[in-house]
Amino acid sequence: MERNFASFVKKESLHILRDTRTMLVVMLIPIILMILFGFAISTEVNNVNVAVVAPERTDGVHDAVERLAQNGYFTFKGYISQNEIDQCLRSGKANAVVVFAQGYDRRAAQAAAGIETKPIIQLIFDASNVNTAGSASAYMQSVLLGTASQQAMFETRMLFNPQMKSAYNFVPGIMGLIFILVCAMMTSVSIVREKEVGTMEVLLVSPVRPVKIIFAKMIPYFAISCIVLVTILLLARYLLGVPMTGGVCGIFSLSLLYLLLSLSLGLLVSTIATTQVAALLISAMVMMMPILMLSGMLFPIENLPIFFQVVSNIVPARWYIDAVRKMMIQGLPIMAVWKNCVILLGMTAVILAVSLKKFKDKLE
Amino acid sequence: MNDIVISVRDLTKRFGDFTAVDHISFDVRRGEIFGFLGANGAGKTTAMRMLCGLSYPTSGSGTVAGFDVRTEGELIKRHIGYMSQRFSLYNDLTVWENMRLFAGIYGLTAKQTNERATELLERLNFSSERNTLVGSLPLGWKQKLSFVIATIHRPDVVFLDEPTGGVDPVTRRQFWEMIYEAAENGTTIFVTTHYMDEAEYCTRASIMVDGKVCALDTPARLKQQFAAESMDEVFRTLARGAQRGE
Repeated sequence: MERNFASFVKKESLHILRDTRTMLVVMLIPIILMILFGFAISTEVNNVNVAVVAPERTDGVHDAVERLAQNGYFTFKGYISQNEIDQCLRSGKANAVVVFAQGYDRRAAQAAAGIETKPIIQLIFDASNVNTAGSASAYMQSVLLGTASQQAMFETRMLFNPQMKSAYNFVPGIMGLIFILVCAMMTSVSIVREKEVGTMEVLLVSPVRPVKIIFAKMIPYFAISCIVLVTILLLARYLLGVPMTGGVCGIFSLSLLYLLLSLSLGLLVSTIATTQVAALLISAMVMMMPILMLSGMLFPIENLPIFFQVVSNIVPARWYIDAVRKMMIQGLPIMAVWKNCVILLGMTAVILAVSLKKFKDKLE
Repeated sequence: MNDIVISVRDLTKRFGDFTAVDHISFDVRRGEIFGFLGANGAGKTTAMRMLCGLSYPTSGSGTVAGFDVRTEGELIKRHIGYMSQRFSLYNDLTVWENMRLFAGIYGLTAKQTNERATELLERLNFSSERNTLVGSLPLGWKQKLSFVIATIHRPDVVFLDEPTGGVDPVTRRQFWEMIYEAAENGTTIFVTTHYMDEAEYCTRASIMVDGKVCALDTPARLKQQFAAESMDEVFRTLARGAQRGE
């Protein structure tokens, strides 16, 4: 009976290959997303609005501010008071605030003479755009110092994103999203299509076991997902320069597990939906929305209301994205995320069992 | 060789309180064209599903191609062909790919597949369309192709579920010629239809009303029995007594 399985896999692959448009979309979406997230979030320092807090507007302060204002990359937005800092950053009036301490000039002079420690200049950044904030901070320090003779110490604070989560944080998020899209959505639509068109009926009367029909459907999508996975990893490594010191093997095995989970989800959807449109809607509403909102892909989980933090626990992508982040960006080995692995494994087992059971019940 | 291909005794299927098929009994002989008639909701489809090994009977017994419908469903599936009322080939595959797929499903070797598919295409005068996508064929051709594919593994019995729905009279005629040819070659045909003129073509016809087989004989004798001009009249007489609606 292995022959009939092979004919099935061949047939499914033909379906997919004939549908060139869908194929292209599936292959291109990850690449486009990667490039968008990688580069649209620009790392260039350009037009950073700076406000300054200075208790005494002395010559030293004036000099420093003058240097900033004349630099093409910074725009001086005026002096503000200490308690306006937060509001100013929040409203977006300024992206950065420079705070000079009391007695800046005096201490700078004393430091130059070697009597006192260097004066402190505090830099406060809106770090919601991490890359910009990071490079702007470095650049601003050199601009403020101006000449090497100027003595000062910097204390930098990043607001709104203290961990400096970087742009390639999006890579794991994209992975979590894309695999659900390819595996769950496409498998469910393809199974439901056969029900809708009526070919499923003929297949069920044939000697092929229903479970085989399903697995034969999963194989080509699994293969496509693997290609997508390799593409994403290559882009992440060589285009975005994600270090991936945690080991590609770990990321890869965990992703395979996640693929399996997505396929099971697709099967589950196909047992619920009776039309292709329904399958698409269920996939989009029940799977995509939670991934976008509750997986930590766009918004850090810690920042969600408690209720949604609890709900996010049942979103598989949350655990996957978290684990991939740790391995890809923090460079942890797969052993460090064993908890995520176990949770994902458990979820896969449950979803697969439920969907196979439902699938069989449906046949009766 | 056993001459009875389908044998059914008191076959019953209940869904809760509803008895879809109520103690039906009949035999179908090898090479027969057995018409299985009945209004919508009379229980034809349910009965057919049990015979195909898709549905488990509540009570009663039956054999198809020598296998028990209660215990050997998987074996039955291997020895029957099935053509559904909805067109059920893959539109995005070519004629040849569809044939190869179904041959593969029934476990034919590559060599057998090649031989049979080539032969069947020649018989249909279809060889030139071998690499055409099925989706671009006219409906009549699709139906003929469906029938050919349902018999590609040379099954003992072919179940045809309203095979000629929506097809023009000329193509229906040609379709029935194919059925006759298959029957002459020893394939048993089990066919449901709404067209009473087609019932006239059957070797024997049964008429189901409210889950029971009310009449079963050759079309000629059925007409005699009900003093009717045509099978249509026979059918109307019987269906008038039906309790179940559409």
